[in-house]
Amino acid sequence: MSAQPIYLKVAKYQSLIALFILCLALSFLSDKFLTASNTWNVLRQISVNICISVGMTFVVLTAGIDLSVGSVLALSGAITAGLLKSGIELPGSNLFIGFTISGAILAGMVTGSLLGCFNGWIITKFKVPPFVATLGMLTIARGLTMLWTKGYPISGLGNHFAYIGSGWLLGIPVLVWIACITVVTAVFISNKTIFGRYIFAIGGNENASRLSGININKVKLMVYSIAGLLAAVGGIMVASRLDSAQPNAGMGYELDSIAAVVIGGTSLSGGRGSIPGTVLGAVIIGVLNNGLVLLDVSPFWQQVVKGLVILLAVIVDKANSKVE
Amino acid sequence: MLIAEKISKKFAGIAALEDVSLELLAGKVTAIIGENGAGKSTLMKILSGVYTEYEGRIIYKGEHVRFTNPKEAQDSGINIIHQELNLVPDMNITENIFLGREILNSWNTLNKKTMRYKTQQLLDKLKLNVSPDTHIANLKVGQQQVVEIAKALLYNSDVIIMDEPTSAISDHEVEVLFEIIRGLKKENKAIVYISHKLDELSRIADSYIILRDGKVTDSGDMASINQDAIIRKMVGRDIKTTVREHRVSPKEILLSVKNLSLKANKRAGKIILDNINFHLYTGEILGIFGLMGAGRTELLETILGMHPKTPISTFTLQDAPLKAKHPHDAIRAGIVLVPEDRKKDGLVLGMDVMKNISLSCLKKTARQGIISKHEELELANKYISALKIKTPSSNQVVKNLSGGNQQKVVLAKCLATKPKILMLDEPTRGIDANAKNEIYDLITRLSASGLGIIVVSSELPEILAVSDRILVMAEGRITAEFTRAEANETNILKAAIPKTI
Repeated sequence: MSAQPIYLKVAKYQSLIALFILCLALSFLSDKFLTASNTWNVLRQISVNICISVGMTFVVLTAGIDLSVGSVLALSGAITAGLLKSGIELPGSNLFIGFTISGAILAGMVTGSLLGCFNGWIITKFKVPPFVATLGMLTIARGLTMLWTKGYPISGLGNHFAYIGSGWLLGIPVLVWIACITVVTAVFISNKTIFGRYIFAIGGNENASRLSGININKVKLMVYSIAGLLAAVGGIMVASRLDSAQPNAGMGYELDSIAAVVIGGTSLSGGRGSIPGTVLGAVIIGVLNNGLVLLDVSPFWQQVVKGLVILLAVIVDKANSKVE
Repeated sequence: MLIAEKISKKFAGIAALEDVSLELLAGKVTAIIGENGAGKSTLMKILSGVYTEYEGRIIYKGEHVRFTNPKEAQDSGINIIHQELNLVPDMNITENIFLGREILNSWNTLNKKTMRYKTQQLLDKLKLNVSPDTHIANLKVGQQQVVEIAKALLYNSDVIIMDEPTSAISDHEVEVLFEIIRGLKKENKAIVYISHKLDELSRIADSYIILRDGKVTDSGDMASINQDAIIRKMVGRDIKTTVREHRVSPKEILLSVKNLSLKANKRAGKIILDNINFHLYTGEILGIFGLMGAGRTELLETILGMHPKTPISTFTLQDAPLKAKHPHDAIRAGIVLVPEDRKKDGLVLGMDVMKNISLSCLKKTARQGIISKHEELELANKYISALKIKTPSSNQVVKNLSGGNQQKVVLAKCLATKPKILMLDEPTRGIDANAKNEIYDLITRLSASGLGIIVVSSELPEILAVSDRILVMAEGRITAEFTRAEANETNILKAAIPKTI
């Protein structure tokens, strides 16, 4: 409506305003904050979280949750790295299959999608609550990562592969390009496609959606597959940036991404939220992390502050939705 | 005991109650009569402290009272037994009765012995012959109701409001309930009895108040009024005038259902639908009447493919076998359902009108999965004007519409799929009289255009007004079939009342 009271207009952009104030404060408090190198650094750091959080947003919009993204990230990254470095030796024969960079990346992405698809299958077929199903996957994928890497990092993946994580293209880091492409695609899907509409409808009212003829299971299966795929993309980004796939990569990433989704105003009960909101949430978390490091705040306090910000974001959001 | 004077209440500017006054006497049963939406529940919610903002005043036991919450009303002795019972199914009778006011020992632990003893006393008094340790889930609905009454007695209630107490219970259980009510009368309780079943009212009530559109149209002694007069006062018109012209009888079979049975998953062996067989003809409005628990809703759900594990049944749609394993199969085949509870099952409340209307047929407005905003808007606007949906714009969030307009949005969504069969479950529940008539008109027009329409309703006047043919269900079976000419309230109700206990 056009005749919105001023506080509602403000409420709509509260996260943006909060981010602006945060940046303003940090640029006064630290002279390193508003430099080109630091800005690119922050953007590179958050691009991984943005990719994961986009997938998480879809999941949360359907009133689900995916706790397994961190582990799926680790396994996919390790698969890509492992295949790239040493290929596969087929057991019982002398056949050896080597992988090109794109082949290895594709394998990693397929791995992530399949794990996500498995989540979706468990959730839709056996009616296991998403929290529990993906909690199972969190452990399973982590265990598989340990098995695949035998507990050691897979390092030395070559300059070409490292280009993804540290290279630049047209003056912008490749990682940031990947995040941008992901976001643009996701915005298009959520606003323009039937699939996107169904995601919102299912989260808004699953019963009504079913009676309206939406194939709930199919949509959910796809949503969790996408979350897995994007976690894999994140895994490849991380492996490339470090030039190494760590068996314990991505620990706790699910929490950062849920935080980004929540700060971005997506309702955990589904049906309400947006991709741009999530991007904003991820940026806020990224800037906050960076700022606290620049200000020499102890890592322990950093965690406390981050937690408080999440709580604050949700409380403000609740208050706003009541006003509306 | 209790006097309410000039009670008025508005919802969003629309008057739900206007200057309603009533008087409840100790030891008497007062019947409150009215169609759905007449304001009965609103009035009861005011008396029991659920709604705290209203005009007028309530004088209870000689004092002016204004409850601020339901607990206050309960504590002072006004108790309501809701149509949907408020019991925790996984707890036993004692635990339910004492929920929220448990008796404690000196060490703040539960005094189970005393509570169990008191429960036993109450059950004895109400002649409910089960152990206080029985879980609510294992009781029949009628027995659960008795537990609710026991709960009210424990509060030392002086005013007991019963909202449709017999809508879900059998004849025998009704007798038991009446016996209990007579007992309560002797104890000088004031009882409010809300029911659609006029036979019952004339048997149990001492006085009556009739509401229509939030106003009292009549009140007096139950003995001084007959059923026809009540009905006239309820609807404000003779029912017969609403009955449509009999139309040319349609004869092409659209849908046929053979040997449909459905068993409950949870409670093994409980039969929900028992060997249902019927036809639906093109251009016909088939009314299905049944009391609560008769299986009406389940029948529609099964046709829509929501219970895919039904054994041995065959559906044929225009002579082709129909196998719907999911609502989207049924919708593709041309069968849609307007569900009973539009907020729970019909609408995505947080979405706007346009998105709700297009939800079932998005593919028609899209290419390669990409929605054309233009076509979607066109589709929505077409149905907004065709169904006269009152909304400021197609971008209005559905939550903000009135019940009647919400119902029209659900209808629009269903019609946008271009169905062959339209099934409506309680199509006019909770909507105003005007919207009701619009929906009846719409149904009639749709059937004239060749759609097969199934209307399920628990409101007899509605069934009688719209149907070409009427099926009556009881306990999962079809117990009677009437043509429009044969049907009347008495023979339908007779067939709808379960015979076994």
